[in-house]
Amino acid sequence: MSRVRRHADNPAHALPGDDPEHEPRARHGRAPDVMRLGGWTPMREHGEDEPVDFVIVGTGAGGGTLAAKLAEYGFSVVAMDAGPYWRPLEDFASDEMHQSKLYWTDDRIVDGENPLQLGANNSGKSVGGSTVHFAMVSLRFRPEWFKSRTLLGYGTDWPVDWREMWRYYDEVERVLAISGPLTYPWGPKRPRYPYRAHELNAAARVLARGAEAMGIAWTESPIATLSAPRGLAPPCVYRGFCTSGCSTNAKQSVLNTWLVRALAAGAEIRDLAMVGQVETGADGRATGVRYHREGRWRFQRARNVVVAGYAIETPRLLLNSASARHPDGLANSSGLVGRYLTVQANQAVWGTSAEEIRSYKAPPSLAISEHWNYEDHGKDYHGGWCYMAQGPLPTLWSSTLATGHDLWGDALVAEMQNYNHSVGLKNVGEYMPQARNGVTLADETDQYGLPIARVTYSWCDNDRAQNAHARAFMGEALAAADVRDIWEQTNDTCHLNGTCRMGDDPCTSVVDADCRSWDVDNLWVCDGSVFPTVGGVNPSLTIQAIACRTADRIRDMAARGELDRRARPPARERAR
Amino acid sequence: MPGTDPRRDRFPGYDVTAKRDTPSWNAKTRAVVDERLAIDPEAHRFFDTTEWRTLRALCDRIVPQPADRPGRVSLAAMVDAKAGSGKGDGYRNVKLPPLGAAWRRALAALEAEANARHGHPFSALPATAQDELIEAMRRGDLHDLAWGDMPPDLFFQDRVVPDVVKSYYAHPTAWSEIGFGGPASPRGYVRLGPDRQDPWEAHEDHGDGHARPANERIGR
Repeated sequence: MSRVRRHADNPAHALPGDDPEHEPRARHGRAPDVMRLGGWTPMREHGEDEPVDFVIVGTGAGGGTLAAKLAEYGFSVVAMDAGPYWRPLEDFASDEMHQSKLYWTDDRIVDGENPLQLGANNSGKSVGGSTVHFAMVSLRFRPEWFKSRTLLGYGTDWPVDWREMWRYYDEVERVLAISGPLTYPWGPKRPRYPYRAHELNAAARVLARGAEAMGIAWTESPIATLSAPRGLAPPCVYRGFCTSGCSTNAKQSVLNTWLVRALAAGAEIRDLAMVGQVETGADGRATGVRYHREGRWRFQRARNVVVAGYAIETPRLLLNSASARHPDGLANSSGLVGRYLTVQANQAVWGTSAEEIRSYKAPPSLAISEHWNYEDHGKDYHGGWCYMAQGPLPTLWSSTLATGHDLWGDALVAEMQNYNHSVGLKNVGEYMPQARNGVTLADETDQYGLPIARVTYSWCDNDRAQNAHARAFMGEALAAADVRDIWEQTNDTCHLNGTCRMGDDPCTSVVDADCRSWDVDNLWVCDGSVFPTVGGVNPSLTIQAIACRTADRIRDMAARGELDRRARPPARERAR
Repeated sequence: MPGTDPRRDRFPGYDVTAKRDTPSWNAKTRAVVDERLAIDPEAHRFFDTTEWRTLRALCDRIVPQPADRPGRVSLAAMVDAKAGSGKGDGYRNVKLPPLGAAWRRALAALEAEANARHGHPFSALPATAQDELIEAMRRGDLHDLAWGDMPPDLFFQDRVVPDVVKSYYAHPTAWSEIGFGGPASPRGYVRLGPDRQDPWEAHEDHGDGHARPANERIGR
């Protein structure tokens, strides 16, 4: 097809000449240029015996963002990721099954009354983390959620102020060039989104029609995919494979935003680098990380270690780093490492429309209502939820019908032929933090010989009450939009948070407001693990905002000479 | 009902692979899908002959396909390849053995159930009898000792669905059958609204004769 015209790159013809899943790309002084086929960009390298200022474990929304900011502030940074360093233009197929290579598919054991489904919708194994396959929905917390215990009567207060977070949200929204509406219907004023909202697809119009019939507000979702060109990235072409990885670079992931900045500022990124332990010295402080790369175990010295592996791998690494001095795992004097894992509801209603919907086109969640995040009346439970339009691709849709609607055999084959008329609404809801939910170590080990995670989850009565309300309301909204044969999907959850909660009391939290471990003052945790509560919105924007705040705090503490030791007792820190 | 093909040919003449050499398929997509289309339906390295026979019979009932169908999906071979790859989905219920072991145990258990109830191997049963056993498995209502401590309903939910159902709908034959646009990179879509489609999308049969010629033009 000679009619394909592009500036420099033509992904129609080129296959990568190497195997990024088995051979590291970021080495020998260069890293992949993710914007160009076969491209490279210079990368500063650090010796393993030379202690770097920060070694960061994980390069997703927390670690990748922090790597960029710290490098720009002049710190020496090595950021490691267990996953490959992709060039989306050449490595990504338009294929759900193949693209499962983006997910963390190593074994994890799940149990509890409501065992989680992990992998596809909540765990990434790539440089850039799960932002490489996230659905790009970029929402701010409702301000009250940062003080939900005090203001709303449930959960735990965060040790940060919403007004400060609001400023960091501004920063992240600009970095990701979020496309969104001119005015946002809920919450305090915010600036207009940097890029204009995307055209609504048919599935989003169904949400809008239903919300208007129910008398509640809706809007175009703020999402991290371009609605106009930006540098070498084209606007979104609405191919709809967002959760299988964006092969055009329209998606503004950590891979093609923050990490590009990190490299330019002198950070080193090591792909296919699995960290097994954070090591500590005689004084109890972290000395670096033991990691596996290119077939052998290695050690990187560092003045500070940041663990940013998300809510399962982060506590797993800290628990696997137990030593004589830290027998229950690192940073775990509170006993809370791994506890209070808090996922979010992902309840859905589905049905059939007379119109052709074809929700495989465009990002899946182009329209949203946050009504029930900001309305506290009419609920018999704590917490909020939003709901969004959906766009499941065929394999996901078939498993939804099979496990959520009990279809198999001829009945499944028959219903799948209604795919183009199928439409649904799905929520992201705030489950309650519970001490019994969490991550522990299993007896089994993985390919590196490291004990794997055991992930335990059970809903509480509040979670179930919220699920019931959300399904009933969304069902009414779907019916009001003339959708028929409506059924409820009750078996899904999404997003992983908690397990190393932040707080202002070392007895009831793992890290302080700056994401700094109470126990080991040169150890930090920077990812969704630090969330004490999860709110009713997707967490990625908040994780990045927390990372930006942490970077600024580290810069300020370094300037005051407070990085080498905790300068003030926690009580004074709390009074600030 | 077994014996009645549930397929309605809703998108007559639509073949998603006709777009292979258009801007909808990048090089990586072509390589990945070519490999899937080339799977040998008889290939089995992980399962032994008895297991393989049971697995094929099970796949034929989970997603029935006409025997002589062009582009027939090699479902059992896809399950065999996944079981042999050692790669899972990223989570395993504490009540399930690892992927390959779970399959071996379930296939042996289905065989034992078939022999106990009907005196024949699972693969030799009529479709209605096979379907009864499968539905009992889905409901967790099978109790042969061969299941051990593995709940049959959990096996259905966490292994049969991801490994069989999803494999079928990962195949171009299934994409054509349901009118899915299929691969879309670098070219995506332009017309997003209800009842709108781009010329390179499947056209649904509305009984007016327009769909087939429009579908046959795609990729040509």
